[in-house]
Amino acid sequence: MNFDFSDDQKQLRDQARKFLAEKCSPKAVRVVLDGKATYDKELWKGLAEMGFLGVAIPEEYGGAGAGHLELCVIAEEMGRANAPVPFSSTVYLAAEALLIAGSDAQKKKWLPAIASGEAIGTLALFEGKGNPSPKNVKLTAVNGVLNGVKKPVADGTIADFAVVAARTGSSGRENDISLFLVDLRAGGVEIKSLTNLDPTRGQAEISFRDCRVEPLGAAGEGWSILTAVLDRAAVLCAFEQVGGADRALEMGRDYALDRIAFGRQIGSFQAVKHMLADMYVSATLARSNSYYGAWALSTNAAELPEAAAAARISATQAFQHCAKNNIQVHGGMGFTWEFDCHMYYRRANAMALGLGSLSYWEDQLIDRMRKKNAA
Amino acid sequence: MNFDDTPQEAAFRETARKWVEANAPRELHAELSKSSLGRIRLAHHDIVDVGKAWQKKKFEGNWACLHWPKDYGGRGATPIERVIWQQEEGVYGKLTQPFQIGEGMCGPTVMAFGSEDAKRRYLPKLASGEEIWCQLFSEPAAGSDVAGLRTRAEKKGDDWVVNGQKIWTSGAHYSDYGLLIARTDPNVPKHKGLTMFFLDMKSPGVEVRPIKQANGMQEFNEVYFTDVVIPDSQRLGAVGEGWSVSLTTLMNERMSIGARLATGVPEMFEFCSNLMLEDGLAIDDPAVRSKLASWAVKSSGLKYTSYRAISALSKGERPGPENSIGKLVSGMMLQDIATYAMDLQGAAGVLTGTDEETVQGQFQQMLLSSPSMRIAGGTDEILRNIIAERVLGLPGDIRVDKDVPYNKIPTKGR
Repeated sequence: MNFDFSDDQKQLRDQARKFLAEKCSPKAVRVVLDGKATYDKELWKGLAEMGFLGVAIPEEYGGAGAGHLELCVIAEEMGRANAPVPFSSTVYLAAEALLIAGSDAQKKKWLPAIASGEAIGTLALFEGKGNPSPKNVKLTAVNGVLNGVKKPVADGTIADFAVVAARTGSSGRENDISLFLVDLRAGGVEIKSLTNLDPTRGQAEISFRDCRVEPLGAAGEGWSILTAVLDRAAVLCAFEQVGGADRALEMGRDYALDRIAFGRQIGSFQAVKHMLADMYVSATLARSNSYYGAWALSTNAAELPEAAAAARISATQAFQHCAKNNIQVHGGMGFTWEFDCHMYYRRANAMALGLGSLSYWEDQLIDRMRKKNAA
Repeated sequence: MNFDDTPQEAAFRETARKWVEANAPRELHAELSKSSLGRIRLAHHDIVDVGKAWQKKKFEGNWACLHWPKDYGGRGATPIERVIWQQEEGVYGKLTQPFQIGEGMCGPTVMAFGSEDAKRRYLPKLASGEEIWCQLFSEPAAGSDVAGLRTRAEKKGDDWVVNGQKIWTSGAHYSDYGLLIARTDPNVPKHKGLTMFFLDMKSPGVEVRPIKQANGMQEFNEVYFTDVVIPDSQRLGAVGEGWSVSLTTLMNERMSIGARLATGVPEMFEFCSNLMLEDGLAIDDPAVRSKLASWAVKSSGLKYTSYRAISALSKGERPGPENSIGKLVSGMMLQDIATYAMDLQGAAGVLTGTDEETVQGQFQQMLLSSPSMRIAGGTDEILRNIIAERVLGLPGDIRVDKDVPYNKIPTKGR
């Protein structure tokens, strides 16, 4: 059994950590947090130069052609650094959708541009409140013309293109949904920035008015493609969440060693020690579940749907738990804008919703476990 | 990243599998598979009798205590081979319950600190199941604070004379030998005045009394010592070094990675899949689903955490500290699952009979037994301290009695 990343993959993780420690300090994250930039353009360029944006994109489409295990270790570091860039939207969602369903021409047009950092992509799925579900897709596509409104769309204000889920039928079944590829610079698209929990990652409302678009994948296949994309993104996001959880745990631990109260390091009080021990337990469970997800993702195993849901739930819970208790360990200072704790708290809670909420994924996991048990 | 054996591991697994197929007591398979929680109870057999028979067979086939050196009854197997064996032994591994303390704790301590004569005399018989060992550490006034123990051993000529009381001794009533830690010098701080021994449990002055537990069962014992004589040749380690000897014992226990802990999740999933509530199956209820999912990912998280440790062993590395979370997570989960399973049964959840409604009372039994999972072998609180101190590097607790001579530590009626 070799249920671990290879030495090369671990080396890549170290390389990514070192790069991000240098280029993505909390100070750099704050430039975006404080609204002085929409995302960190320099960092995005650097990620492209390092080959990180195209690590899982095949060489024929301008990527490094490494694989998803390599992408997982980079994702972990992106989460650890709380990077203020549209990495998940572009790499986990848009690029994965193109890889699964794109025509050769579509892949040739967008994938090299993603790898080189020239194009930012995103997925436009949600329409207000609600979780991923065919019945929540109201935006229509008639003869390749879109009409309707998507929100929230992560990184929508800075994206060059979007994968858009639209209704092309009214049978009440999954095959009513089709996907479209939309150049957001084209006519008929209006983008509005929305305020959100985590200002280091923008959210937008995108309105489509008689917007002429091209299909992505076969008509009526939209929902099954989306399901696959969301599963793959769930594993990759889980690694970001694991990275964030670990960082929040470290921050809490370091502060508990540093801060003196009642004449002692506060980390010598059992109330604080046990809180940190529980954070370690959550983070460890999440890491192990995510490793299993990584295995299923990289081998395209039949277990992927169940593994992805488990990784997603476990990592969401761990990041929320660690980010929340990191503030608690810090006490009053943890509630200041000046300390970085709130950046992880914001990111943890925003990420918990991005691909559908925790309860949505819990529901998915149980469905998938039942399917497996019945088989 | 893969779950495959190396060629050597696959060959070893094949050998083990064939041997188990040819030799295991198949007639017990169904019953052993069912008893997933707590102690094993068999309808028509005494676990010690069938356990001894299986252990003897394994010993003869060279599969007992297989990570021990060959000279002492083992196979000289590597840690990963031990894990593979445990996987292949499967449910029959439950039959080894009476020998686990001997194999996991007493044996390794004798191996590390016993004389060559003692090792050759005792270890092979421990491995073959002919002699069963128990561990005599905890006392009524020394649980988590085991170094505060009171049982006295006083030197008389070439012998030691022991007086005192131990508690929570699993299997004392059927054990042949015991590993005993006792106080040999009360005038020095508590950790410094301890010495380790082993003794014949049939020695005059040893009295074993069963404890009736909160769940109504009797699985543990109290052991009383009245002027029990132990020859100095049965001392393990130097006089006053008992604490560091005991750390070896406990460290060995933590190395047993293959052992999967019961979490209650498969039972709960099955239960919710079949239980009819007013509005349909329990598993279709969003609140039930949410809880089930959270437990399921804890359970899978533990499973894959152990896979990570096995992978480290496979590469010849030491597993990381992540395995320390197992009992902490599973103990609490068992208790939560039992409570919720009964909640779903409504008022009938109070019943402990074996009718259909209560699912043979399995969750009621789980509820009553689960508190011990959170206490035995290190309480939840001690485990959190261990994680905080040894994994996260946080400071140790302030110990007000650390440098105080043992007999000056304030106490209630010593």
